[in-house]
Amino acid sequence: MVMKRLLLGAAALALSAGMAQAQYSDNKVKIGILTDLSGTYSDLAGKGTIVAAQMAIDDFGGKLNGQPIELISADHQNKADIASGIARKWYDTEGVDAIAELVTTAAAIAVREVSKEKGKIDLVSGAASTPLTNDKCSATGFHWTYDTYAMAVGTGDAVVKNGGKTWFFLTADYAFGHNLQAQTERVVKANGGTVKGSVKHPFPNADFSSFLLQAQASGAQIIGLANAGADTINAIKQAKEFGITQGGQQLAGLLVFITDVHSLGLENAQGMMLTTGFYWDMDDQTRAWSKRWSEKMGGGKMPSMVHAGTYSQVLHYLKAAAAAKTDDGVKVADEMRKLPISDFFAKNGKIRADGRMVHDMYLAQVKKPSESKGPWDYYKIVRTIPGDEAYQPLSESTCPLVKK
Amino acid sequence: MNAVIISSRQKPFVLALLGLGLVLPFAIYPVFLMKGLCFGLFAAAFNLLLGYVGLLSFGHAMFFGWSAYITAHAAKEWGLTPELAILAGVALATLLGLVVGWLAIRRQGIYFAMITLALAQLMYFVAVQAPFTHGEDGIQGVPRGRLFGLIDLGDTLTMYYFVFAVFVASLLFLYRVVNSPFGQILKAIRDNEPRAISLGYEVTRYKLIAFVISAAFAGLAGSLKSLVFQLASLADVNWHISGEVVLMTLLGGVGTVLGPTVGGFLVVAIQDYFAGIGSLVIIIQGIIFVVCVLLFRSGMIGVLTPWLKRRGING
Repeated sequence: MVMKRLLLGAAALALSAGMAQAQYSDNKVKIGILTDLSGTYSDLAGKGTIVAAQMAIDDFGGKLNGQPIELISADHQNKADIASGIARKWYDTEGVDAIAELVTTAAAIAVREVSKEKGKIDLVSGAASTPLTNDKCSATGFHWTYDTYAMAVGTGDAVVKNGGKTWFFLTADYAFGHNLQAQTERVVKANGGTVKGSVKHPFPNADFSSFLLQAQASGAQIIGLANAGADTINAIKQAKEFGITQGGQQLAGLLVFITDVHSLGLENAQGMMLTTGFYWDMDDQTRAWSKRWSEKMGGGKMPSMVHAGTYSQVLHYLKAAAAAKTDDGVKVADEMRKLPISDFFAKNGKIRADGRMVHDMYLAQVKKPSESKGPWDYYKIVRTIPGDEAYQPLSESTCPLVKK
Repeated sequence: MNAVIISSRQKPFVLALLGLGLVLPFAIYPVFLMKGLCFGLFAAAFNLLLGYVGLLSFGHAMFFGWSAYITAHAAKEWGLTPELAILAGVALATLLGLVVGWLAIRRQGIYFAMITLALAQLMYFVAVQAPFTHGEDGIQGVPRGRLFGLIDLGDTLTMYYFVFAVFVASLLFLYRVVNSPFGQILKAIRDNEPRAISLGYEVTRYKLIAFVISAAFAGLAGSLKSLVFQLASLADVNWHISGEVVLMTLLGGVGTVLGPTVGGFLVVAIQDYFAGIGSLVIIIQGIIFVVCVLLFRSGMIGVLTPWLKRRGING
């Protein structure tokens, strides 16, 4: 009798061990953070996203249904080929189940292709372009924090409604810049504004003088900056040196992160309208999280929306993997679409068929130096843009996964 | 052909290397090996110019990258089988090599390097602007397809053996070129151009042929890479690649047959295995380069050459 029970027990144990193996490959859940650790975007994404992902894992408890959760990271140097190579290696040899963050559109699309082929999950936070949820969409791919469509809806709309009817674009000459300009042009025209012209500058660029002079000569009220990071910062600083802003023309940064405002200083950035998916000083929850993040980063910094978005996406992935009781990409992706998202980053987020995580966006204005009460006190939130208004309607999506 | 170019004393050495190439994918991640083979072949093609004709081209990324683009486009948009897609890429690289070579070999030394660099930059900006390259995003999700319509290259191991076979054949071809009367003349031009002219050789024609062969094999390497990674991007046409291939060739050993391959593997390994530490990769690469230049000026294989020679093996 005792023998029989022992045997039964052993069999049950063997079975459960076998099942655990079937559910979680290599008996662990492994998340990779692939980001820019050394280049133009290392400030707005970079190391801070690794810290954010680790916080999500710690807050989740470090284990998923008894399986340890591991985190690895690498620098894709903003290059598609390096990103694709690392993603392939991670999936093939490291047992990585999901890759998160992925700043720079080219790198994000490269990883998207590999993930799609391998049936693994990619979570995009830092990259901006809308093709990720249109023709490049995937059943296991998600776009989390923001996109160019939302930026245009927020900033473009607000600027036109404030009287900025005539526009001239200064555009970074690569896929992201073209995408951002096209999205903004659409919003400007829909609101009765006109586009007087545009000029493309190389990416990255340091000397904007000739481009700014063209913008000045156009006589447009608004100079739209369809670029990001260091390019935006340089363009704004140089516009001030040329006296363009003092001459009555206004600059509209179409993608500005809080780290950019910090680099510019309030003196240079004051009054600017921008759209963001997250601001650290919104409520108690955001302040508490940001303070924790800041301490882990060694203090003196506040998170950008990319950092907060990375935390949110990793946490949601873990929740879905726990609910689905597996790390199989397709099954977890289905579960992710079912579960609502509610954390300090997204209060009422939901994931659509095209992989877009829809959440509220915020239109903010940069404070005057006199209004700012302390370090990183930079934004006045002007308006909350409901998620359904901020993001491209599903009916316009060219994603093949969307049933029409 | 074996009898012509590989002596009986070299045979065991060559066979051992071949055997190593066949079993290695079971020990090391095959995609990494394929990347090494692609860059090794690229460096070997580059070495034909630098090592045997003494021409420092600073624009080889244009052949590598453009061939990658054409192959990727042909495989993805036109639906060609991989061997035809590769041929299309190599054909373009050869044509480019002919035009660029014809222009550049009229000058020597730094001027030659500058002309190749300028033309490569020109082709880089064409790639930035041309709609079919998809700018910064590159051509992504290139299908590997079926070789001759039969063999599915989607399997990593199959792909590896295909790349390995192409690599070995190419290296044998380059070895044959170098050890032919044609190769002798190239070396003569490298060592003393006026003398080669006075002996009645049409130096420019030899240089042009060498340039075109080098461009074609650089293109072949690029084509293979675009199929391995299923991606052709701006990084492949960027001048960084032109610089990296110089680095690979110098690290491995200029003017040796195996040196550039070793250098290629070394640089790829540094980039791959140290990717986790971020920006330090470039610094480490720089330090290794400085150390190599100071300690073994003739490159890794170059240092081994006397030892190999004693055993009757030509490095």
